[in-house]
Amino acid sequence: MASSPFLSKTPISFSSSISTSLPWRPSPFSSSSSTAFRSNPRRRTLTVQSKIREIFMPALSSTMTEGKIVSWVKSEGDVLSKGESVVVVESDKADMDVETFYDGILAAIVVGEGETAPVGAAIGLLAETEEEVAEAREKAKSSSSASAASSSPAEAAVTPTPPPATATPAPAIAQPAPSATATYTPKKGVATPFAKKLAKQHKVDIASVVGTGPFGRITPADVEAAAGIVMPTKPVAAEPTSVAAAPPKPSAAPPPLLPGSTVVPFTTMQAAVSKNMVESLSVPTFRVGYPINSDAIDALYEKVKPKGVTMTALLAKAVAMALAQHPVVNASCKDGKSFLYNSSINIAVAVAINGGLMTPVLQDADKLDLYLLSQKWKELVEKARSKQLQPHEYSTGTFTLSNLGMFGVDKFDAILPPGQGAIMAVGASQPTVVADADGFFSVKSKMLVNVTADHRIVYGADLAAFLKTFAKIVENPESLTL
Amino acid sequence: MQASLSLPALSPAVPRPSYVVQSALPLPPSKPINLRFCGLRREALGFSPLGRSDSHRVRLSAPSRSATISASSSSGNGSPPKSFDYDLLIIGAGVGGHGAALHAVEKGLKTAIVEGDVVGGTCVNRGCVPSKALLAVSGRIRELQNEHHLKALGLQVSAAGYDRQGVADHANNLATKIRNSLTNSMNSLGVDILTGVGTILGPQKVQIGSSDKVVTAKDIIIATGSVPFVPKGIEVDGKTVITSDHALKLEFVPEWIAIVGSGYIGLEFSDVYTALGSEVTFIEALDQLMPGFDPEIGKLAQRVLINPRKIDYQTGVFASKITPAKDGKPVTIELIDAKTKEPKDTLEVDAALIATGRAPFTQGLGLENIDVATQRGFIPVDERMRVIDANGKLVPHLFCIGDANGKMMLAHAASAQGISVVEQVTGRDHVLNHLSIPAACFTHPEISMVGLTEPQAREKAEKEGFEVSIAKTSFKANTKALAENEGEGLAKLIYRPDNGEILGVHIFGLHAADLIHEASNAIALGTRIQDIKFAVHAHPTLSEVLDELFKSAKVAHVPSPVSEPVAV
Repeated sequence: MASSPFLSKTPISFSSSISTSLPWRPSPFSSSSSTAFRSNPRRRTLTVQSKIREIFMPALSSTMTEGKIVSWVKSEGDVLSKGESVVVVESDKADMDVETFYDGILAAIVVGEGETAPVGAAIGLLAETEEEVAEAREKAKSSSSASAASSSPAEAAVTPTPPPATATPAPAIAQPAPSATATYTPKKGVATPFAKKLAKQHKVDIASVVGTGPFGRITPADVEAAAGIVMPTKPVAAEPTSVAAAPPKPSAAPPPLLPGSTVVPFTTMQAAVSKNMVESLSVPTFRVGYPINSDAIDALYEKVKPKGVTMTALLAKAVAMALAQHPVVNASCKDGKSFLYNSSINIAVAVAINGGLMTPVLQDADKLDLYLLSQKWKELVEKARSKQLQPHEYSTGTFTLSNLGMFGVDKFDAILPPGQGAIMAVGASQPTVVADADGFFSVKSKMLVNVTADHRIVYGADLAAFLKTFAKIVENPESLTL
Repeated sequence: MQASLSLPALSPAVPRPSYVVQSALPLPPSKPINLRFCGLRREALGFSPLGRSDSHRVRLSAPSRSATISASSSSGNGSPPKSFDYDLLIIGAGVGGHGAALHAVEKGLKTAIVEGDVVGGTCVNRGCVPSKALLAVSGRIRELQNEHHLKALGLQVSAAGYDRQGVADHANNLATKIRNSLTNSMNSLGVDILTGVGTILGPQKVQIGSSDKVVTAKDIIIATGSVPFVPKGIEVDGKTVITSDHALKLEFVPEWIAIVGSGYIGLEFSDVYTALGSEVTFIEALDQLMPGFDPEIGKLAQRVLINPRKIDYQTGVFASKITPAKDGKPVTIELIDAKTKEPKDTLEVDAALIATGRAPFTQGLGLENIDVATQRGFIPVDERMRVIDANGKLVPHLFCIGDANGKMMLAHAASAQGISVVEQVTGRDHVLNHLSIPAACFTHPEISMVGLTEPQAREKAEKEGFEVSIAKTSFKANTKALAENEGEGLAKLIYRPDNGEILGVHIFGLHAADLIHEASNAIALGTRIQDIKFAVHAHPTLSEVLDELFKSAKVAHVPSPVSEPVAV
């Protein structure tokens, strides 16, 4: 499992802590991702002394802006030693164990299981010694009460309908530190286990809820009423998108749902896809299509199939060889001011896995031979299925290949993923009637490929030349096996 | 096991013999001649006199049971001994006693079994059996209520509900059915069932009940089992503060129940209660939930079985005082810190289930008559289940199996110990390898294990100076599990990379309890990874999880002795 050093002494700024503590992270990305950090009001209230370290939400991939806490491996009060797993974080691509780089005691969990926090936000506090545990908890508590207070204390204390959870400016820390405080107040404020869980999920301050259950107990229904939930819907639906800017935007009331409709919130992976797709709108793209005679490559495929070679590997290899001759198509534009020529040709291949979309990367596809490439591809797919892809195995692509040909799609149009210069969409190879120069008709297999590229760096002629090279390779594929 | 008679002289260097053949004379041997003969371990097999390949271990004889049964019952339960009423008397008709009785009859012993309560013991009446009925219900209702899961399968089910009495009846009917079949099986084999509490009067002599009836037997097995252990300060009223005995009757489903203890019993009941709509609070004295499980499995189990359910927990606390609900007050539980003993918290809940383990039941057994002193309540025994008296000497002709000896408190372990004892008293020495006995927890999904946990294995490795390796496979990569939409799960193999010995296997996932036996059999038979990895598994099945597990283990190349085909 990837270990990420994610602790840093406060008050180090976010960006510096990220860049120093994540050495594997490709540096070009850090500037882009740091823009995602919002200013966190909590950091002002929480004046953490030395020796108490914040545990940050680590950035586990270049596209990750927020992460969901799958589970805390350690509980509050546990003694941690360097290298131990502390928390399991679900990034947009995989579940990762995150390890600590410091010895200490887990003083407080700030972001509980199942909750989401932006990259770089404090998710827990680590104390160096026993004495500091209480201090750290105080901090955690005071900060949470402070944030609760900031959102109109009178209202929270009296009325059972506090403002919707999303209105709290710092959602990740709005609930009190779990187990330390909420469990017992004699005779008053007893909440059932599920009520406590719901309160945490809906960011309801359990102390403000009036219990109506047996013995004055706070029941799950009480918490739901306090959270303003009429019908018990999926609790996750209330999760705020904490990447949003600090001032909450009271969203316009959505149109009423049709009866029987269901709302299924995005998984982390789906959220990442959604975010990338919206981001792609900021890039001026254009598309160029090209018909390619596929008889030769189909024949070659039949020949090498028994050796474990897949069509994906063949196409990736062909693309890589063409890119080697046209480096500009393998370049990218990160800042709008310059070309970034990539040192290696890494072909990302879009695959649908477990209801999601992943892009495992065939690194150095131009250098590996076809058989190694096929082997590598199998491993990647296997890993992707079991959610075990490492960041460098899905985030280092320089060109993306998307193939819907096997579904009978004849041509389609792909969206350029942020950070890359071009993406190729491959359609099905279909028998087509063609007339040759002498006027003779014949039937040949043709497939249509369509490349979407960033026009800031790749121009029409570049793409046309690239496609011509690519077509030549595919139509004379012997070189692929060399 | 005729084979055992034809042994030539044997190498004295056999490590850890598992079978020692006492001279197989027709009469009890006056002096045991210890012929070492076949070890469980590979190294021991170089000399195999019958040319058996090492994959063929000599094991408990398993002739066709039905043939033996008819022979023995027609001959009137074996030939009568010289002066004893019975060859073998078993005190306690639980699963251990039953297993021993069946094997004894098969071996031609005249056998009686003494039961002071109901046939079937804890397992059948108040344990594994009725709890499985409740867990079957819990599993179904979980499926029916899991909309997300059903939708993924394309199923639509309208609100699923249950009838408490119906569920309770199912559990009770199952127990009755199993109890009857147990009783019938012993009756039909000619095992005498003597009703009453068995009290040992002296060597080979047992009084039945309060009557004057005294029977003698050449060998006696104590199999009196255990009862739920209730720590002091806890008042059990059988209604709101209960043990597993009461909980299995499912007389009511509380809205909120505290479960004291998060071992097998507590965990299984949390599965049942949360499925039926209760909320659960675990109270665990140790620092983490599910002590005793492999830590990694425990971690995953907590992620799946505890965190997403309506369960919370307090760890590192003792329930120092539990008062049942009365006079309109709820059940109150006073908690103290497990280490400092300082008061920590008070819980008010609707019910409390005490699942803090089980205490051996030896009351009225007359242990004082034979000078046996229990240790923490357990009857001390040696590795052959022979009872040890207060002076550290073996009590002749007296054995103790099952929960009463505390070696491994599992029904099937008791039965295996009973069979081992019968083997010994019929002239073939046998030592049970407890590390090969699997255990399972029937939550949804299930947890199972055999052998050592990772920390135990590492400790042993440290002491004995060998390497330990770990292999893991996920249910997420298994076709059958994915077809069932139950990809959550992990199988973990702890092994020696130098020789391929399996030290432990732990499984968490769909049908884990059924999957463990491939591993436990391998351990029992001494099969090494390099051999078992060639065994074929049907595709697509869950058993491929283990197949992959064995295949993913990296064993150093061991030059294995050429295994030749053997005529047996």
